[in-house]
Amino acid sequence: MYKLSNLLLACVFVFSVNAQENAGLRLPAGFSATLFADQIGAARHITINDKGILFAKLNYPNKAGQSIVRMEDANGDGIAEKQSGWGKYGGTGIYVKGNQLYASSDDAVYLYQLDANGEVTNPTAPKTIIQNLHSRRQHASKSITLDPQGNIYVNIGAYSNACQEKDRSVGSKGMMPCPILDSAGGVWKFDGSKENQSYAEGKRYATGLRNVIGLDWNNQTNSLFVTQHGRDQLNTFYPTMYTDAQNAELPAETMYEMKEGDDAGWPYVYYDPFQKKKILSPEYGGDGKLEGGKNALNPLVAFPAHMAPMALLFYKGNQFPAKYKEGAFISFHGSWNRAPLPQEGYFVAFVPFKNGKPSGEWEIFANGFAGADNNKSPRAAKARPCGLAEGPDGSLYVSDDSKGAIFKISFNK
Amino acid sequence: MQKMQFKIVSLILIALFYCIQGNAQNMQKGKKIYETRCLACHQADGGGVPNMNAPLDAASNVVGKDIARLVRIIRYGYNERVALDGFYYSNAMTASPDLKDNEIADLLTYIRNSWSNKASAVTIAQVQAAKKKK
Ligand code: HEC
Repeated sequence: MYKLSNLLLACVFVFSVNAQENAGLRLPAGFSATLFADQIGAARHITINDKGILFAKLNYPNKAGQSIVRMEDANGDGIAEKQSGWGKYGGTGIYVKGNQLYASSDDAVYLYQLDANGEVTNPTAPKTIIQNLHSRRQHASKSITLDPQGNIYVNIGAYSNACQEKDRSVGSKGMMPCPILDSAGGVWKFDGSKENQSYAEGKRYATGLRNVIGLDWNNQTNSLFVTQHGRDQLNTFYPTMYTDAQNAELPAETMYEMKEGDDAGWPYVYYDPFQKKKILSPEYGGDGKLEGGKNALNPLVAFPAHMAPMALLFYKGNQFPAKYKEGAFISFHGSWNRAPLPQEGYFVAFVPFKNGKPSGEWEIFANGFAGADNNKSPRAAKARPCGLAEGPDGSLYVSDDSKGAIFKISFNK
Repeated sequence: MQKMQFKIVSLILIALFYCIQGNAQNMQKGKKIYETRCLACHQADGGGVPNMNAPLDAASNVVGKDIARLVRIIRYGYNERVALDGFYYSNAMTASPDLKDNEIADLLTYIRNSWSNKASAVTIAQVQAAKKKK
């Protein structure tokens, strides 16, 4: 009897260890993952300084009342045994550049100073770099990145689905021209070192972007790349033009390279990955076939609809195999607007790049965040991939903004 | 006397039968409306989308007593960013001004009695009363 129960215990133990192998993720051969941190709060974007200290921006303060969490793995076992935090404002953006740490709320960007040990010196008294940006609930999160000159790029998402006169209402027409675009629906550029800037001091760098949560500066092309969340609900508002099955696949989630003055076409057009065309939005007289957006960009990459790209990261390290060098990782939060069809996403994708251009098809890099295949319920997803960061050793970190996990993915030579 | 009792009991049984059947019909009609107008955001399991679309399953307001508020939310849409059971939701809910009183009653009966929800059915009279209150 004693032996039997021991055996049972051993089985249970082996089973639970196996269940947690690679923190529950499915990865390409040679990669492994650890659960770097868990239950830290709604972790949106993450960033790591050259000392290997990871900072996560929380969507709203966690139980400990922190909205920026600092994590460190001092003994190198892949798990952050040290955790602390500060900050009272929720938000999404966080980005470290040298000894400066930028973090955003939904209407402002703050700057913290790091000392020689990579520690923040002014947690309670950051400088306000940008303030009074529109924060009107929908697409309010402000993602940020910097270029080598120290300019900061801020996503100001459109507070609307398709710029209808009455948002998300059946039969309401698109406004012409869309009045939202003067102060949202694009990426704005500011000086990363000046205090108290707002619209007057900044510049609309690129427009026609409904909501860009993932953005990163590409050092090879010396230009900004973004991933856009395509519009929702074609079938709800135009049931005679789009079936549920068509809505589940339209429009594509898109990646663009944005130079100053570029326009990606929202709200007038959306990108149809099957016709490979910019299609006039039905709110603006489209019928699913009419083309539009002559002067709007074509995407560099088109991903399946509604998967919600949350972060974009160009891989600079040497730890991963050569194919990953300078390529793009994109985290997909997971869809909701594919219902009643099964949801998609809940993974990290990879796009290989050569000479600053995509050089092959996108592929799934890390999967299994949702816990169950064929996930039909966003609420039931175990984890929803959000932020991405590259450690000084070339490991890739992925945050989850539902339960607050941080995954560390490494390649074992 | 025995006969009388039997009659009353069977009358009650028949009434109950029609009630249950009526409810089942209302639930079925409510489900149809839910699938075409609400499921996209609130999902098949009523679980909504974290931070974006509020859950209806296990939501205290949905199974609560304030029917008039629920009627108004469906008629006029909802975009207030107040805490619902402690969480905030960012999306703007579509209004359904064209739904008839009986359809709203069926729809509310459906969401109040689906997934893990169990609450009283909503009557047309309650929907009409909500209109007057406004
Ligand atoms: C476009 C997405 C969308 C659609 C379609 C939609 N809703 Fe909502 N619903 C929301 C959002 C977002 C909220 C929370 C709004 C807020 O917090 O201001 C909400 C809130 C609610 C609430 C209040 C929940 C509470 O806890 O108080 C009810 C009830 C509700 N919806 C029912 C419905 C019904 C019934 C339908 C179909 C007729 C529907 N919704 C269609 C997005 C949607």
